[in-house]
Amino acid sequence: MTEIKRFLKEYDGPPLRLMEVCGTHTAEISRCGIVSMLSPKIRLVSGPGCPVCVTVTAYVDRLVELCREPGNTVVTFGDMLRVRGSEKCLNDARAEGGRVRMVYSPMDVLKLASKEPDQTFIFAAVGFETTAPVYAALLRNATDAGIANIRLLTSLKTMPPVIDWVCRNQGGVDGFLAPGHVSVVTGSRIFRPLARRYGIPFAVAGFQGDELLVAIAALVKKRGSGCVMNLYPYAVTENGNEKAQAAVNQYFSPHDAAWRGIGVIPDSGMELRPEYARFDAGSGGLYEDKGTNADCRCGQVLTGALTPTQCPLFGTACTPQTPQGACMVSMEGSCYHYYLNKRG
Amino acid sequence: MCVAMPGKVVSVVGTRAIVDFSGNTVPAEAGLVDVKPGDYVLVHAGCILQVLSKFDHDTLVELFEEIENA
Amino acid sequence: MKITMAHGSGGKATSELISNLFAKNFGNPVLLRMEDSAIVPGAEKIAVTTDSFVVTPLFFQGGDIGRLAVCGTVNDLAVSGAVPKYLTCGFILEEGADTEELDRIAASMAETAKEAGVTIVAGDTKVIEGRGGVYINTAGVGFLPEGVSYSAAACRPGDAVLLSGNLGDHHAAILSGRMGIENTIQSDCAPLNGMMEALKKSGARIRAVRDVTRGGLATILNEFAAASRCCIGLSEEAIPVSEQVRGFCGILGLDPLYMGNEGKLAAVVAKEDAEKALSAIRSDRYGENAAVIGTVTEEKRAAVLLKTPIGGTRIVTELYGEGLPRIC
Repeated sequence: MTEIKRFLKEYDGPPLRLMEVCGTHTAEISRCGIVSMLSPKIRLVSGPGCPVCVTVTAYVDRLVELCREPGNTVVTFGDMLRVRGSEKCLNDARAEGGRVRMVYSPMDVLKLASKEPDQTFIFAAVGFETTAPVYAALLRNATDAGIANIRLLTSLKTMPPVIDWVCRNQGGVDGFLAPGHVSVVTGSRIFRPLARRYGIPFAVAGFQGDELLVAIAALVKKRGSGCVMNLYPYAVTENGNEKAQAAVNQYFSPHDAAWRGIGVIPDSGMELRPEYARFDAGSGGLYEDKGTNADCRCGQVLTGALTPTQCPLFGTACTPQTPQGACMVSMEGSCYHYYLNKRG
Repeated sequence: MCVAMPGKVVSVVGTRAIVDFSGNTVPAEAGLVDVKPGDYVLVHAGCILQVLSKFDHDTLVELFEEIENA
Repeated sequence: MKITMAHGSGGKATSELISNLFAKNFGNPVLLRMEDSAIVPGAEKIAVTTDSFVVTPLFFQGGDIGRLAVCGTVNDLAVSGAVPKYLTCGFILEEGADTEELDRIAASMAETAKEAGVTIVAGDTKVIEGRGGVYINTAGVGFLPEGVSYSAAACRPGDAVLLSGNLGDHHAAILSGRMGIENTIQSDCAPLNGMMEALKKSGARIRAVRDVTRGGLATILNEFAAASRCCIGLSEEAIPVSEQVRGFCGILGLDPLYMGNEGKLAAVVAKEDAEKALSAIRSDRYGENAAVIGTVTEEKRAAVLLKTPIGGTRIVTELYGEGLPRIC
């Protein structure tokens, strides 16, 4: 490892921009202080890898509406509570009497729903390919147990289409730190077409400090080559977890999806199949995205076009206590981490 | 959003498992992977996503050297 | 028996509650005079503090709201260098609170007060409508010895930063109950007056001391850095966290640096005195795992920097937001 660390610190080749497309990678990179270990010629850029950050305002608005309807309880992960739609966030709605519950796992909804059969429990189903299987498992368990008062409001997205979008529309990325846990489910093979098409290396990375360092070093070494390197082999295989993929395919199918700051990317999301419409809380057509602050640059930060510090609101109007956009609210948001660690 | 942690399966009953994370035990969904007690698994949002093979620090460095020399 | 509005009316029910429950547990000559104020002997300089306790559940792994109510206030006095002496306690009870539980809480307070060498000399009880909640306020008075004066603004380059033990235990114990995660993590709720006496007796030159409560170690060290306008460098590997708490934090995406404790202190002492300060802390029953975790560096900026196990450096800010468990 000492050699690898030295290599990264002393790198003096052409300047490189490497993009991490996993919010959890962004958070771990911050936590381990990795930026301080890299040569200034290796720049890490955060991509659209935080599902909370890329959620459009229409989705949050719908959740806010739903939690105020009598007979509904919106259930969610913690991060979604503070993301604002065009006006309010779920915390605001809760303070005004809306029914909102926070859980650690979507599976917790089963118990809630069976205890209160007259309430409709709507789960704010955000996530990438990592979390989609969990929702599939939830629905399967609900069906087996005869629990009918569960719904999903989905904002499920997939990685390859948005990575493709970044390569086509933004460019300037010399290597991708591929999302580790997405790959656990999908397998590392999903990045091959992209690597080949654009001639850019992909390194599937784990989440420990040294795993991230090795992955970054591999991308630097392999710059210019369209290869996919699996540096998380004890969790990721070429084909991934096929049972989980089958479960996802049973309940969901690819669909257009709207990404904050990008707009609609065809087939970049997943929606419930028509035969499971009874579990849908009205997820279709939630494409509108109108931020409350016109100067918010979340969209450009999310695609790596701007660094957080280049946003006019960063650190002034927009701080973790007074977040203007999702990138500052989410604890995996780039802006939040730049602020926390005073990254340049 | 892929916070997931490695833990050790304590017991399995049908599609529910109990997983231990350094002395913290939590129930987890086990319907997406075949697991047995003693397996090290990756758990995300209350659901087991994969059984882990043994992590060897040296493997990581070896992998990198392979890439370097390829 | 359940608390009713009658218990708060100031009549017979109230005086019975006081004699049969509170006085029975706290009984001491001053309190038993049952005057409107406690008249006690004093000192040249006194330290005064207050805190309120609203934790649920009332009884948790390793402690209860009563023990917490005594320790919280005792510790605020102790870490300012004072010898904690007297406590008042006010109870706000919601109708439906259980008197057996209250008795347990009062007994716990009495036991903890005895351990901490303080007497509860005055109190108050109010009853309001509600669903059985119990809220406690304690105010404390301590005597400051001559020549003892600590301040967050007193840290200087070269000083050593010490932590008296494992981070996060209290917060993790409370959250475990709420999130249904089973483990054997105990709240570390404890009085630190003994530890502070040992520290003072060691002769170490002490600059600043705070107890590590809500907001965690990160918040306190940032307070020191800001007040002293100094840079504190920490080594992540030196910071003690138990395996179980680490695992717990991993599951919920929490950072031990921001977790609350109720029986740990962070102290900045002169470099040459680090060893004897550490021995003094370790000699106390609550000082197991105490460690030197960093130093005040020469850098001229007010910040807290952490060296990570892989050799990176990151800035540690104070706590922003609520520290909600991170899942996504």
